[in-house]
Amino acid sequence: MDVAFGLAHRQITVLFKNPSLFIPPMLFPLMNFMAFAGGLSRLRHVPGFDFHGGYTAFQFVFVLLQSAAFGGVFAGFGIARDFERGFARRLLVSAPQRSGIIAGYAIAALVRWAMIAVVLTTVGLIAGMKIGGNGVDLFGMYGLAIIFNQVGLLWACGVAMRFRSVQAGPLMQTPVFMVLFLAPVYVPLDLLSGWIHAVARLNPLTFILESGRDFIQGEPTQVALAFGLAAALFVVFAFWARTGLRAAENSG
Amino acid sequence: MTQQIWLIARRSIVRTFRQPGTWIPPLTFPLMLMAVNSNGLRAATHLPGFPTDSFLAFFLPFSFLQGALFASGIAGVDLARDIDTGFLNRLALTPVRGSALLIGQIGGAVGLGALQACVYLGVGLAFGVHIDTGVAGAFLILLLAVLIATGWGTLGLWLALRTGSGEGVQSQFPLLFFATFISSMNLPRNLIEVTWFRDVATINPVSYMIEGLRSLVISGWDAQALLLGFGFTLALIAVSLGLAGRQLKVRMART
Repeated sequence: MDVAFGLAHRQITVLFKNPSLFIPPMLFPLMNFMAFAGGLSRLRHVPGFDFHGGYTAFQFVFVLLQSAAFGGVFAGFGIARDFERGFARRLLVSAPQRSGIIAGYAIAALVRWAMIAVVLTTVGLIAGMKIGGNGVDLFGMYGLAIIFNQVGLLWACGVAMRFRSVQAGPLMQTPVFMVLFLAPVYVPLDLLSGWIHAVARLNPLTFILESGRDFIQGEPTQVALAFGLAAALFVVFAFWARTGLRAAENSG
Repeated sequence: MTQQIWLIARRSIVRTFRQPGTWIPPLTFPLMLMAVNSNGLRAATHLPGFPTDSFLAFFLPFSFLQGALFASGIAGVDLARDIDTGFLNRLALTPVRGSALLIGQIGGAVGLGALQACVYLGVGLAFGVHIDTGVAGAFLILLLAVLIATGWGTLGLWLALRTGSGEGVQSQFPLLFFATFISSMNLPRNLIEVTWFRDVATINPVSYMIEGLRSLVISGWDAQALLLGFGFTLALIAVSLGLAGRQLKVRMART
């Protein structure tokens, strides 16, 4: 745990000293939120749009999950940068328990995203977002987002530790971007048609996203399925990150 | 002068296309977004007053604009690299004119913009988009798309000259991206419900660039949309060239 907390402290300090590392990941979800919630709100009048919490809340959940995933991915850039600059190698030599390195990066990613989530929620409330759910519902929604943040970090961590270069950035981002946008982003699943409906039905994020939306409108459904899928993704990508660490260790 | 422009433009085009990592993502990313959004937002065509029953036809013009935005990043980062490596300083010792340097430097962005426009139009047609203005309209779409790429590319040059670093150019990218998002990219302006968003989209020149292209695809010959689309695009080129020219003088004076 000393390794984890020490590394997390260092990562957060680096973040605060470099606004250029902190501000873009903060702005990106805010921009998406404004563009989607502001520009597309008329979609709630499409026949069959059955979300009762308003379009701002509908989009807020997607953007919250998007910011969580990309918060993890951007933290992965930091891992790759640490390898490029030699810091991660020194860390591998000095850490008595190396899995603490992953835990340290994970804590830093969580703290980093928590700040973004606070800003995003504040903006959502200022924009008149309706919250139908109670405290427990919101705990569920943010809980899903926290797990998704860690899944994003573990994915990016696995990539960063295998490639050990910032040039692997597109490989970290693109699959996450695709998974996010192959879910029912703009309208509920039932209103999608064609191939995207078929893909979205199989996309694990769809269940997490729909569950999050149900939480915010105070009508939680498929909670066990959503948390089960999120936990399964966490386990799979924890294994991916751990084997990535092993690859970094073996690379000398 | 013409030969100076050609030499620099050729270098810019070769440099862009020699690195697949530079031009493949800007070419494919708008295609991915087009595939996802044209299906994900298809339900919007059920809204009363939506101008077409094909969201792909409605969304296609945005791909040209997004591709042009990426091209601006390439033009800017390439020039920033020239500043960083001292190439611009060495060029300053030659008789090359500043205007030739600027016009030539956007060669890569224009070349990429032309390739993107052809690819996006081809993909649209392959997936059943009907161009309402026919063959002449298709050529006008390509022309406007290349001009838009030139405009954004020139803006990228100004950012490079102003910041002098690739990171500086890239850090401005989210702002440019934002400018394209707060527009009529996803819905016609009269269907945008939120007042502040509709107002911002109305004063945003990007909306008129998209609507100029869109009119050729879905609503036939619309003189007003075309005048606004071409007008704002040419204005962007003129303003960006002016800013970049002034900044080039400042940068040359510094060195």
